[in-house]
Amino acid sequence: MSIEISAKSIQPIRLSYGNLEERFGNKKPASRYQEAVYDVQPTTNFQFRPVWDKEHEIYDKSRTAIVMEDWYSFADPRQYYYGSYCIARAKQQDVAEHNFDFVDKRDLFAVVPESVKQQVREIMVPFRHVEWAANMNNCQITDECYGANFSSVGMFNAMDRLGMAQYVTRIGLLMEGNEETTIDAAKQAWMEAPEWQGLRHAIEDMFVLDDWFELMVAQNFVLDGLVFPLIYDRFEKKLTVEGGATIAMLTEFMDDWYKETVRWTNTLAKVTVKESDANKVLISEWVAKWSDRLTAALEPIAVKAFGADGVNELSEVKNELLSRLAKQGVDIK
Amino acid sequence: MSNKKNTVFLIVQDNEDARPIIDAVEQDNPEVNIQYQPGMVRMEGAGRLIVNRETVEESIGRDWDVQELHLNLVSLAGNVDEDDDKFELSWH
Repeated sequence: MSIEISAKSIQPIRLSYGNLEERFGNKKPASRYQEAVYDVQPTTNFQFRPVWDKEHEIYDKSRTAIVMEDWYSFADPRQYYYGSYCIARAKQQDVAEHNFDFVDKRDLFAVVPESVKQQVREIMVPFRHVEWAANMNNCQITDECYGANFSSVGMFNAMDRLGMAQYVTRIGLLMEGNEETTIDAAKQAWMEAPEWQGLRHAIEDMFVLDDWFELMVAQNFVLDGLVFPLIYDRFEKKLTVEGGATIAMLTEFMDDWYKETVRWTNTLAKVTVKESDANKVLISEWVAKWSDRLTAALEPIAVKAFGADGVNELSEVKNELLSRLAKQGVDIK
Repeated sequence: MSNKKNTVFLIVQDNEDARPIIDAVEQDNPEVNIQYQPGMVRMEGAGRLIVNRETVEESIGRDWDVQELHLNLVSLAGNVDEDDDKFELSWH
């Protein structure tokens, strides 16, 4: 008896969904990101307008002044859909959790100089309120945006911000042996201390912006582009020099997160500005408006953090941000 | 397509993880001959074949270690020159 083994190849009849074939052709299988995001949001046959907003359909392009021929022309360069996002963040969470345990187990805060701890209390811990605000703002973007690529990037960002608010809170607790004193003092500073009021005012104005794309620019382009390099990079390095390397260990996620976020904000700026001159004018105006306002709002905090160098550090950070956006095609005055 | 003596090839499994590698090879090696066989993909080049880390990273949207290639590698022919940025096959 002879057995003949031959390989038989079975070709799939179609390689992806119809909507993806229309976009990308039928030559190769779609990526998971494409399947998870493209054209997922409904675009037609809405039954009635939401009771909370009679002016708009539930998904409505006119919620922003930005006009895009195809709202899916922006794609997240990280290609995060639920699965890939969770895998990436779970890995980072493991590292962060381990770092917190390590600091706790070795009692590393005991050897951090009191002056450094005081700076963390006064400058870093109040930023938990900024992170929470960023969570609110990104939820708002997710709510009002058009296109599942925007709502996924907005929601993932919102969850990241909640996570970072928790990391900052945990630093405050860990430092005081689980007492809430620092957290309470930071809340009071955020509500009452004069150096925080400019920032709080600006952020509360962002809460009530009507145009979700303006909010995107104000929060994710400008505010994050100033705060993260200033606090989690420059201020962090200053603390490390003064003996606070422990803090750097606990905020490692913020640093990594920002490097990752820059990738999609750059792509988004580039794609939107390239679409039309009207978009370019709008984005440029918003960048100018919010970078001026938020730089002014952050100045007293920068001065508190860096002393006389504060103004200088902040203007360096601002210039870095503006030149990065200029490279994406945004007009910088 | 190519002089048999000179041919290098890289065969990987035909799966989700290998797809960006195949795309990257296609993009960076204009002369490559790609054959889809049952369960695997054979990529033949005349004298040289390169997989660039950057090209793969662009298509998957995350950092990629060149060594990840080996997880889906079935077979290859040629002398290997591998570093952090590329995996290159050629005959010395």
